[in-house]
Amino acid sequence: MTTPQQETVPFGAAAASGARRPTWPQTRHWVLAAALAVAIAAPFFFHGFVIFQLTEVMIYGLAILGLNLLTGFNGQFSVGHGAFYGLGAYVTAIMMQRWGIAYYWTLPAAGGVCFVVGVLVGLPALRLQGLYLALVTFAAAVALPQLLKFHGFEGWTGGVQGIVVDQPDVPGFLPISADQWLYFFTLGVMLLMFAGASNLIRSRTGRAIMAIRDHPIAAAAMGINAPVYKTLTFGVSALYTGVAGALGALAVQFVAPDSFTLFLSISFLVGLIIGGMGSLPGCLFGGLFVLYVPNIAESVSRGLAGAVYGVIMLLVIFAMPSGAAGFVRHAAGYLSRWRNPPPEPAGQNLAAPQNAYIGQQQAAGFAVRQPPGIVEEQALRITAQEALTTAKQERSRKPK
Amino acid sequence: MQLLLQQIMAGLANGAIYAGMALAVVMIFLAIDHLNFAQGEMATFSTFVAWQLLAWGFPYWIAFVLVVMLSFVGGIAIERILFKPLHKASILSQLVAFIALFSILNSGDGYIWDYTIKTFPTPFGTRPLFGSVLIDTHEAGMIGVTLVVLLLIYGFFRGTRLGLAMRAAAQNPESARLVGIRVGWMTALGWGLAAAIGAVGGMLIAPVVFLEPNMMFGVLLYGFAGAVLGGLTSPGGAVIGGFAVGIIENLAGTFVPYIGRDLKLTIALIVIVAVLMVRPAGIFGRMTVSRV
Repeated sequence: MTTPQQETVPFGAAAASGARRPTWPQTRHWVLAAALAVAIAAPFFFHGFVIFQLTEVMIYGLAILGLNLLTGFNGQFSVGHGAFYGLGAYVTAIMMQRWGIAYYWTLPAAGGVCFVVGVLVGLPALRLQGLYLALVTFAAAVALPQLLKFHGFEGWTGGVQGIVVDQPDVPGFLPISADQWLYFFTLGVMLLMFAGASNLIRSRTGRAIMAIRDHPIAAAAMGINAPVYKTLTFGVSALYTGVAGALGALAVQFVAPDSFTLFLSISFLVGLIIGGMGSLPGCLFGGLFVLYVPNIAESVSRGLAGAVYGVIMLLVIFAMPSGAAGFVRHAAGYLSRWRNPPPEPAGQNLAAPQNAYIGQQQAAGFAVRQPPGIVEEQALRITAQEALTTAKQERSRKPK
Repeated sequence: MQLLLQQIMAGLANGAIYAGMALAVVMIFLAIDHLNFAQGEMATFSTFVAWQLLAWGFPYWIAFVLVVMLSFVGGIAIERILFKPLHKASILSQLVAFIALFSILNSGDGYIWDYTIKTFPTPFGTRPLFGSVLIDTHEAGMIGVTLVVLLLIYGFFRGTRLGLAMRAAAQNPESARLVGIRVGWMTALGWGLAAAIGAVGGMLIAPVVFLEPNMMFGVLLYGFAGAVLGGLTSPGGAVIGGFAVGIIENLAGTFVPYIGRDLKLTIALIVIVAVLMVRPAGIFGRMTVSRV
């Protein structure tokens, strides 16, 4: 390997070659700030129903984020996240309407209940993979509406009738409408949880979670406790989606078993894939898609709404096979190469395998975190490769 | 004892439906290495075409053969037009395409043939079989046809060069291509076969559950469950899995006190998950071992 000074050459060269352009992390801060400003201003420019829809977009985005933590970052499939969403919604509804607890206390409770149930559903996941795992989550999605309708629980759940939920009161000192208050409340919760997810996936734990997705055997060989991480990821994922469900109950002001069928789970999955696997902003795009596109389809043709929705889905997938996030990433990469052709890097031996790795990951449809995480990931990977090679040699030495 | 026997027979009759569906699911899984979520909607569409042909006055068996052939061609067309371009996309992108196909076919059925429930004739009649109250001739015919289709498929995959080529193309596309198999067309053929089997299943199920655009949805779920229970790599396992799901569901509904009737599907799924905990690749499935 080269000396530290030589290693910095590519970056130094880029800086020296003409006018400095803002780097992507800086641009990202500006984009985030602008998006936040728009988000805060939005409810003052639209009327009630649009505010409600935007609130729903954020709620779906949060639910899709939960699914993304599991599928996008940990590589476990779920076709049953609608069940966690429904469970969170029911926890909120029962606590508020049956026990008279204030709405903001119900969110942590909904998250906690969903975490526990998520870990329990995640336990079979330790032995099952792919489609077999999908069947377990599918069982959860099918079972929940039946359990909610079950006459033994009617005292709590209200059976088929469901529960009407009161709209949260606006705090007295704020001169805004109830819809606007709920919008800001949702925005606050969502930002908090997105920040949490962002920190989680940048941490040591997050890298372990992604290592399990990329190469389970190598991850295990490096000493990552896969069963613990996998079940905990399942729990955290359920927690996120459960909190989204709790917010959903507040926004819609009504919960009923038939709102939380398999179709809801499939919508989340569609939103996740179209937004982009393993991308945080992609979740919000997925939320937008899942909420607005069926409405657009309905306005094109009432009788053929489903067909129009299907055709739009197909067009989007043909145009952006790795989701909106992948599309933006490719476009941004193309643009930056076009504006700023890369100088011949001195540390090519370092750059090449990184790019190969990124390409491989992007081909698999996953977002790839750019440096600084990449260096550590790569170091991790090399260790894993060595561990594997050693293991293989050990095995081949064994007498047959 | 009488009750137990009766419930098992009723379960077998339902199970025959699930088994037919599970068989189609496994067929396409063997051919393309994916689950096809739009399978049920493809079958429903075929059944609607059959209904239309019958309404135009075609005799039953001619309509039957025509629809099976049309479905075969249709399945190949769907693969060529929709899924070949997505061949290199990730599995999840293809999943979205399946969901889109589902949505298009379902909505198209409703648009062309509307949502009213239609009756569909059976060629076997509905008299009690041998004067027994346990099972009628249509149910027996359904079980019989399922078994015949299973035998044909088994023979095709085990005994013919084409079947062998299809299996090779699904299991190891690169090597298959190297020995001169046209992998792309094998996949298309798999789609055609699955569509044809789905059409047979749809036409047999329609007299029992009545024809409407959402006819297949519930059946497909049970079919998936049966296929996974039996093992996705085993056509015979899928048939047994389908029958097992039907029987478990019926027995749970009758013999589990208090919660059985309302939650029989939930119980059936819990049983399946419990089985999978012991045999993670299904009862007759083959564990895939991969080199590291």
